[in-house]
Amino acid sequence: MNLLGAVKFPPIENVIEWPAWLFEDSTYFAFNKIAFIHFLGLMIPVAIFVLGARGSGLVPRGFRTVSEGIVNFVDTQIAIPGIGQDRKPYLPLLVSFFLFIFIGNITEVIPFFQMPANARMAGPLVLAIIAWGMFIAVGVRQNGLAYFKEVLFPPGVPKALYVLVTPIELLSTFFVRPFSHAVRLFANMLAGHILLITFGVLCISVWSASGLILIQLGTFPGLVAFTAFEVGVSLIQAFVFTILAAVYIGGALHPAH
Amino acid sequence: MSVLAQIAQEASDLQNIEAAGGAGMAYGLAAIGPGIGIGYLVGQAVQAMARQPESAGQVQTTMFLGIAFTEALALIGFVVFILLKFV
Repeated sequence: MNLLGAVKFPPIENVIEWPAWLFEDSTYFAFNKIAFIHFLGLMIPVAIFVLGARGSGLVPRGFRTVSEGIVNFVDTQIAIPGIGQDRKPYLPLLVSFFLFIFIGNITEVIPFFQMPANARMAGPLVLAIIAWGMFIAVGVRQNGLAYFKEVLFPPGVPKALYVLVTPIELLSTFFVRPFSHAVRLFANMLAGHILLITFGVLCISVWSASGLILIQLGTFPGLVAFTAFEVGVSLIQAFVFTILAAVYIGGALHPAH
Repeated sequence: MSVLAQIAQEASDLQNIEAAGGAGMAYGLAAIGPGIGIGYLVGQAVQAMARQPESAGQVQTTMFLGIAFTEALALIGFVVFILLKFV
């Protein structure tokens, strides 16, 4: 009769930590499910673009349609709003970000994986540090050391306010930005993963407890609906991460506005 | 011995309850502001798109950016929840 007492959520280590398949655990070379997903995130885009580059002629067919569609989407939806006209050198980085993150996210709902690689902080953190290093490098290359002056002492602010503005800008641009950039992706994927596990555990417990088919009518559609929701979330989070990287790079290219 | 063990058990239970309560409270409080913010933001974006359908694409991109910035606070609350509950 203790309905919810039967529901036992597994410890958090059991759902986000995976044993190594190759080499030993807790060494630098441990190759587990997360590393495998990252490897797929590397190889699938390479395969798509290598196969897509083979076609010739004006009308794209097969993989060339896919690859041109992806590049066109990232160009028109992310690079133009984020960076502007001089976006061409940064397009490869943005496409790689988008595909790598999307593949790392979508494994959340693919059977046998059912684990978003980005629900471990290491992946998003490395990507955010790449984006951080990129926008600082772009800013310094485009504007010289005046870039830091433009960021820390934005023009058009009364001189007395620099006491307030400069520390805030220093913190928000160079310290909080990579952190929030990474945490946004990480926490979204971890939350989605835990949500799906919660509904899965609920379904299993209610199923194994006898005579509770009626409740199953509520939990199982919930699981299906949240799985569909997570497909959308993984696409939107890949989009948001990439467009934020684009906006940061665009801001470093044109610091005046 | 058994009394001491019982006291220790009770203390650790109390600690667990406090951690769970604090974790739930942290996430609940952190969700208030972003909830209001995202509702307002998306409402305004829908209004803008209804008034000017030709600028819908641009409004949508800006809306996603705004949501990303607003949502960060709730997500940091969620991370605090994880840290309090599981670490």
